[in-house]
Amino acid sequence: MSYSEKVIDHYSNPKNVGTLDKGQKNVGTGLVGAPECGDVMRLQIEVDETTGLIKDAKFKTFGCGSAIASSSLATEWLKGRSVDEAMKIDNMDIVEELNLPPVKIHCSVLAEDAIKAAINDYRTKNGLEVLKFEEKGVH
Amino acid sequence: MLKLPIYLDNNATTPMDPRVLEAMLPYFVEHFGNAASRNHPFGWEAEEAVDYAREQVAQLIGADAKEIIFTSGATEADNLAIKGVFEMYASKGNHVITAVTEHKAVLDTCKHIEKSGGEVTYLPVQPDGLIDLKELEASIKPTTILIAIMYANNEVGVIQPVQEIAAIAKKHGVLFFTDGTQAVGKIPVDVLKDGIDMMAFSAHKMYGPKGVGALYVRRKNPRVKVTAQMDGGGHERAMRSGTLNVPGIVGFGKACELARLEMEEDTKRISKLRDKLETALLKLEEAYVNGSTEHRLPHVSNISFKYVEGEGLMMGFNKNIALSSGSACTSASLEPSYVLKALGLGDDLAHSSLRFGLGRFTTEDQIDYTIEQVSNTVNKLREMSPLWEMYKEGIDMTTIEWAHH
Repeated sequence: MSYSEKVIDHYSNPKNVGTLDKGQKNVGTGLVGAPECGDVMRLQIEVDETTGLIKDAKFKTFGCGSAIASSSLATEWLKGRSVDEAMKIDNMDIVEELNLPPVKIHCSVLAEDAIKAAINDYRTKNGLEVLKFEEKGVH
Repeated sequence: MLKLPIYLDNNATTPMDPRVLEAMLPYFVEHFGNAASRNHPFGWEAEEAVDYAREQVAQLIGADAKEIIFTSGATEADNLAIKGVFEMYASKGNHVITAVTEHKAVLDTCKHIEKSGGEVTYLPVQPDGLIDLKELEASIKPTTILIAIMYANNEVGVIQPVQEIAAIAKKHGVLFFTDGTQAVGKIPVDVLKDGIDMMAFSAHKMYGPKGVGALYVRRKNPRVKVTAQMDGGGHERAMRSGTLNVPGIVGFGKACELARLEMEEDTKRISKLRDKLETALLKLEEAYVNGSTEHRLPHVSNISFKYVEGEGLMMGFNKNIALSSGSACTSASLEPSYVLKALGLGDDLAHSSLRFGLGRFTTEDQIDYTIEQVSNTVNKLREMSPLWEMYKEGIDMTTIEWAHH
């Protein structure tokens, strides 16, 4: 299988690799996937408490090139968005942007799940109700 | 100057040796005859070339030329052996014993005979990849007609105790078939000494052309017969009809001759390079060799790099280094390697494996480059891996509730 140039670019120069302090109240962490399935994503957001905007986002991913690229792209898109806007990121937007082949769609689903998990972690920490999301059921 | 890309996937196929090509060339245009044309010089030339090649092939494995049945490759030879015995010896029984780490050409053929009323025992393997001989013997029943155990495994290179298996088969009057695809031409294989009744092997795994292979079928003690799976003109002692692939067979013969003459030297050199590669890569933390290192082909190394995923790892260098991975992502099924899982590896380790297959044309420069590239990529991806971070923090990952999907 050959990769799109955008996947190769994110893989070679991943954006926002790293770790935020998950002990902070304004940091939300999402850990999704499983080692046995061959991919695990950890995505974190740091919310500016005065503006409500995501001021930083970091990821670490165990997985194939498409999984790494999907999470790298997701962190790029998250930065500067409000939490509400962040929830609107759809896995198909990632598929389109990275030209993922059908067999790699689950990587984008995982990235979307990671975003939502991070948001819910943030909401829980801040006394907000946990949002329920529709199951994508692709993976 | 190091020429890229580097080929380290010699278990998948080998490049053809230029000397093999040279031997084949006259048999495309100049000597194009059908080896079955008995009445003119064109046919005689072709037949002579095939006879010579049959000798070369037989000599490599210590067989008689009459015991070599040419096929289109090892997959066809696997099918012919298993289905052929199942049909030919139907009055004796219907039970076949094989192992879970066999190549799909054997496993799927066994599935086929199960559908045709056969019974198959799939032996598990031990963590080193070897079958348990006691278990093998215990699984023999009065209806057992065939033991089908590979000589050496394609993914981990583990060599089965072929002589011991043959002795058990003989003791119980059961035929022994081995898929020798990865072993023949790489390590000494002698059908008499080893006690093999039938063996499949292929030219393109030993620097010969694709599309040609053979089934060795023993003619004495015991005389083995298989029911043809291809009907037609009755070629190859009526066991495999079809016009012979003369240039391919000539190339196969030449490849066997070269292997016989150069195996010892090649092995010395290649195993030294393999060991250099393995020693260097095992210096990385949490890197493990899969399968027995004692009973193993000299040119193979299968290593898991924990906490990085195989396909992601290969992406770091696959423009420049050709390798295989046991990762799910490299297959259509999304399931990691069934061979590695049979060795008892967890899915996570199976996902993290790379298979290095060195060959006759591998150089030390190439190995040095590979060591550097693989090490760098493993380190880079670990910096990106949440699992590596957890491991470094001493978190027990088995206590985490993973969202399985």
